[in-house]
Amino acid sequence: MNRENSTYTIIYASVMVIIVAIGLAFTHQVLNEKQTANVNTDKMQQILRSLRVDASAAEADGIYRNLIKSAYLITPEGTKIDGTNGIEPTDPAFSGEHSDNQFPVYEAEVEGSKKYIIPMNGAGLWGPIWGYLSVEADGSKIYGSEFGHAGETPGLGAEIVLPEFRKQFIDKNLIKDNQFVSIAVVKPGQSVANRDYVDGISGGTITSKGVDAMLLKSVGEYKNFLLQLNAGK
Amino acid sequence: MALSTKSKQAFLGPLNKNNPILVQVLGICSALAVTSKLEPSLVMAIAVTIVTAFGNVIISLLRKTIPNRIRIIVQLVVVAALVTIVSEVLKAFAYDVNKQLSVFVGLIVTNCILMGRLEAFALGNGPWPSFLDGIGNGLGYGWILVVVGFFRELLGSGTLLGYKVIPQAFYDAGYENNGLMMLAPMALIIVGIIIWIHRWKNKDLQEETN
Repeated sequence: MNRENSTYTIIYASVMVIIVAIGLAFTHQVLNEKQTANVNTDKMQQILRSLRVDASAAEADGIYRNLIKSAYLITPEGTKIDGTNGIEPTDPAFSGEHSDNQFPVYEAEVEGSKKYIIPMNGAGLWGPIWGYLSVEADGSKIYGSEFGHAGETPGLGAEIVLPEFRKQFIDKNLIKDNQFVSIAVVKPGQSVANRDYVDGISGGTITSKGVDAMLLKSVGEYKNFLLQLNAGK
Repeated sequence: MALSTKSKQAFLGPLNKNNPILVQVLGICSALAVTSKLEPSLVMAIAVTIVTAFGNVIISLLRKTIPNRIRIIVQLVVVAALVTIVSEVLKAFAYDVNKQLSVFVGLIVTNCILMGRLEAFALGNGPWPSFLDGIGNGLGYGWILVVVGFFRELLGSGTLLGYKVIPQAFYDAGYENNGLMMLAPMALIIVGIIIWIHRWKNKDLQEETN
């Protein structure tokens, strides 16, 4: 068989591509279930970290079901959408399968008091950043926070995931004088008037600004919801 | 198990005198990108070793059938398939590590060491020496990564594998982590220092100066 023959080359390439495609599809199918489970567990761990609970992957599911009492979607006006209740990974609040202008909220109960958990999404320097804020029943005071990133610079922007950064948010307020003002992330040493603020990451300026913007925009989408909680406290 | 001289050379050469990073200066790009912490360096070293070893074996087995005109494409498809499988397996069994390495695993495809070994070795040798060559090159690449990762994490973050190793007393006395260590240029400088020491120990690798 002549290896340099065009027919041979074409057949060779086609057969190879088909074999590789079948192999990859098979691998994906076999591992898919485990991968989805990992993604869900990871999300539960993140939600729990925002409640100041560090759960290992093995125990995350149990603790999540224990602490999270309900989850649902709300409208931009802050009203709960009927039929969206449920904390299971397949329910709309968790799975993320919802249209624009619908925002998921988780309700948790920690040591007898109610916390609301809000997911956030934004952009860092290299890619997306996200996080969860747990807010006290008054809709303003932060109970805990959690941040994640896809690929911020290790040692610089990536430090937003560390407890040292996250702990700063505790007891800060999102609402001042009945206005939603969010929490500012400033350069270490600086301050802002009339708003609560935390120190950003030295050397991770763009990521810190991304967190600042995310706190303003993503949490801002819950403005009415939080103000209603605050008014009714 | 006794290895023939050739197999031994295929395996041990890349660890020292034929090191892909130190001597051939291949795979530098990923060596800069993943070494800011020790753990991703280790995982990357293992992943590249697996991919070079199996890539070499597969290409070596196919070497008598591959049409010459599309051999680079064939190599690329084999490497890309292996890398995708490694990435899928990491996602299923080492999710945390996968999160850290996310983009870099995909970038193994573009690692010049892989294509270099497939072209230079696997196409002309049997599966067993090719396998050893792949393992040798993967480890030769890997140990440099681990050394660079060790120093960058130690001096840049004061930790190793995430554990604090520099005592708090040092920080209280005014010691500070070196932020520059976290940036890519410092990896290049450390690789440079390793190359320097390596050449100094191996006089035969030094270039003639007139």
